[in-house]
Amino acid sequence: MDHVATAEQTEHAEHGHEHHDESFLRTYVFSVDHKVIGIQYAITGMLFLLFGFTLMMVMRWQLAYPFQPIPLIGGLLGDSRAPQGIMLPEFYNQLGAMHGTIMVFLGVVPLAVGGFGNFVLPLQIGAPDMAFPKLNMLSYWSFFVGGVVMFASFFVPGGAANSGWTSYAPLSVIATTGQTLWLVGMIFLITSSLLGSVNFIVTTLQLRAPGLSFMRLPFFVWAQLVTSFLLLLAFPPLEAAGVLQLMDRVAGTSFFLPSGLYVGDGPLDVSGGGSPLLWQHLFWFLAHPEVYVLILPAMGIVGEILANNTRKPIWGYRVLVASIVFLGFMSFVVWAHHMFMTGMGTTMSSFFQTTTMIISIPSVVILSAFLLTLYGGSIRFTVPMLFALAFLPMFAIGGLTGLPLGLAAPDIHLHDTYYVIAHFHYVVAPGTVLALLGGVYYWFPKATGRKMNDLLGRIHFWGSFVCINIVFMPMFIQGLAGMNRRMADGGAQYAMNQDVLVWNEVISMGAWALGFFQIFFIFNFFRSIKKGEKVGNNPWQATTLEWSAPSPPPHGNFTTPPVVHRGPYEYSVPGSDTDYHMQTDDLKGPQAPPAKV
Amino acid sequence: MSEDVQAHVKLYKKIGAALMVLTVVTVLVSFIPAGVALGVVIALIIATVKGSLVATYFMHLVGERKTIYFTLLLTAFIFLVLIFIPLLGHTNTYGRKMIVPNSDAAVAADHGEAAH
Amino acid sequence: MEIPYIVDERPDTGLTNVKLGIWLFLASEVMLFGALISTYILLRINAVEWPAGADILSTPIGTFNTVVLIASSITMVFCYAALKQDDLSGYKRYMGITIGLSVLFLAVKSYEYLDKFSHGDYPSVSTYFAIYFTMTGLHALHIIGGVVVNGYFLGPGSALWHTNKQQFINRIEAAGLYWHFVDLVWIFLFPVLYLT
Repeated sequence: MDHVATAEQTEHAEHGHEHHDESFLRTYVFSVDHKVIGIQYAITGMLFLLFGFTLMMVMRWQLAYPFQPIPLIGGLLGDSRAPQGIMLPEFYNQLGAMHGTIMVFLGVVPLAVGGFGNFVLPLQIGAPDMAFPKLNMLSYWSFFVGGVVMFASFFVPGGAANSGWTSYAPLSVIATTGQTLWLVGMIFLITSSLLGSVNFIVTTLQLRAPGLSFMRLPFFVWAQLVTSFLLLLAFPPLEAAGVLQLMDRVAGTSFFLPSGLYVGDGPLDVSGGGSPLLWQHLFWFLAHPEVYVLILPAMGIVGEILANNTRKPIWGYRVLVASIVFLGFMSFVVWAHHMFMTGMGTTMSSFFQTTTMIISIPSVVILSAFLLTLYGGSIRFTVPMLFALAFLPMFAIGGLTGLPLGLAAPDIHLHDTYYVIAHFHYVVAPGTVLALLGGVYYWFPKATGRKMNDLLGRIHFWGSFVCINIVFMPMFIQGLAGMNRRMADGGAQYAMNQDVLVWNEVISMGAWALGFFQIFFIFNFFRSIKKGEKVGNNPWQATTLEWSAPSPPPHGNFTTPPVVHRGPYEYSVPGSDTDYHMQTDDLKGPQAPPAKV
Repeated sequence: MSEDVQAHVKLYKKIGAALMVLTVVTVLVSFIPAGVALGVVIALIIATVKGSLVATYFMHLVGERKTIYFTLLLTAFIFLVLIFIPLLGHTNTYGRKMIVPNSDAAVAADHGEAAH
Repeated sequence: MEIPYIVDERPDTGLTNVKLGIWLFLASEVMLFGALISTYILLRINAVEWPAGADILSTPIGTFNTVVLIASSITMVFCYAALKQDDLSGYKRYMGITIGLSVLFLAVKSYEYLDKFSHGDYPSVSTYFAIYFTMTGLHALHIIGGVVVNGYFLGPGSALWHTNKQQFINRIEAAGLYWHFVDLVWIFLFPVLYLT
């Protein structure tokens, strides 16, 4: 196997760089190697996930014990945020808006796309790096600057943005200083995503190894490809909208301010003539495809882990590919299901309701294919597999609870309630985040040459899985009772909420417990980098191309392009004398029969 | 190969001249009195012709690869979806005509119909 | 292992990396300007009154700028043709003219802006001015970006011609595609903003 690096190169690889004596900055900070950039994205993303999680843990205090002084940190927050340690509603709204923004744009997407995509994709297609390595580095640093700007927004007069992660006009236009920084930060983040998506698409189309046709691509690669198209075409309208809102805030324009708007006790001194609905349309035109950006990489990861740990191919490869492409395409025409309550008329509502129902079909197909994959498999309950298995019912709950929201009539009752919060968190938190964590355990050995500790992983999994359900399941009950979101008192002032207020404390306890269990992961992650059990190229006995490179791979990944002879999931091929064939294994043994679907 | 490029250069000069002529046409046509709606439509038609010339010949889309065509087709479709937002927002039920606030027809119709 | 298809085309897609990359980028730019076009349509339809472009903006100046930008597109394509005929000095001449015409466009635009400002017509005055300044402003930013890139390719970037001719030609082709796109946007903006 001469395409694999020699032992000598592996030696070099252990130090993370090869041949040239490059400075520390060049090797670890301003590197153009996709593996370094991927790890940068992953660690930065995970740090932001932790930060966003912390914001939520503070919010949950307020919801469980409204207007009680916050323990430990209450005194540190200062009078503008929490005088005498009691959270101001304005600060609660900052926490809420920034929790959402940070989790979506600074946490999940950078980890799922920037982290996993950058690290795994070139390896899985047998490429030496991304098509545009310098552009890749630029993308990371643009993201980093965006993150710093977002973080800095907490410390300006008036505090961070507090008009929801959705930044609806006109509130966002007249809101505190932090909103301007939010917009500036978003522009950096969007630019980062756009450049990254160009890179991913060109890499996938152009740099596939010889023999790696589209129908031999691992499902993870398909997921990242569709995700990149979503980012490429859906993000620019939000960038434009961000510029327009920035103009409204800074240059006094009225893109989103209607005529005759009163604020406080007087009319706003602007030209008027704008439309708050325009903001919503432009925002959701991105934000709906964005939620598919959140879920698709996770589906890709789950696909890889399921095939590997059932020792059989994922069921229905062609159907999965068709579904994920159709899903990506449909995601552009469903956005106004977030706007059923804006009075946009029955024509629009009917159209978007219909497309929303249609888009649930490929999701169900994908989930069903994954479930069918389990049937007849030799299931190995490795730590990654625990996370991948958990994804399935969690995504099912998240997806199914989206249906009443996607239909205009029940949405009248459920819109802007805790039901919505529970729905989307089920898809992203017990869904995507669990899958991403599984992905970390799965590819950690490839990135570091060491496995993460198994026992700590299992404690992390079970603790997280149980707690995350304690957090989000009761929210459905609260939402069905009518409890609205974004209320700093936890809904206490409304009669309809009284029976369900009791859940607030339960949820908060669950959230804090969930935070506690992440300690096992953080400790395991950093400890295993130095002290984890050493492994070779292919500790999971997997088939895809990244497992034929050394752990960790050197610069350039492969010395010569690997040649692909087989499909991505040749496990347990009937008549074969080995348990699995790697994609590069030549065709001496039996090949998996071509898929009927 | 050089003759090939020379032929291209001749073509570019012709396209360039056509673009200049069409620019003059755009301006002259704008002086013809027509309503706003018609004026916009005509302006866009001429702009589309000019744009097509730039895209087809200067950007060499004629004889470009399938991948590029596919990307552009996909983009064009999604672009149209984006453009139709403001228009769709003015319909209310199927079969009703569009209510466009500042057009004379809408004002007249409003007088004869209940508020939508 | 080197990254392939920087110079030569990949057989099955028939593309170099940079060509695919620039077209994808242009696709995203279509969506960016598309959002502003959508905004323009919505604001104009909803407005109680919307002035005729010819009453507010100067048609002769707008026409002049359109001619300038189209000319720069023509000279840009001559750059590419010159390189294909191995004519570096021809390339430099046409690139210089392209940049010169771009700067002229920006100068005229600046004059238009300053003229408006001196009459108190800022973006905040009405949605008409808001969208006019934003659309033409974003377009102008794209021209500035193009000038920077073209300037680099005229200056230090042209050193690549001596080490890898085809790669340099590929880069100029990509720069040209970007520049034609910027021209394309103006071809639509000009009649809509100035003549309707």
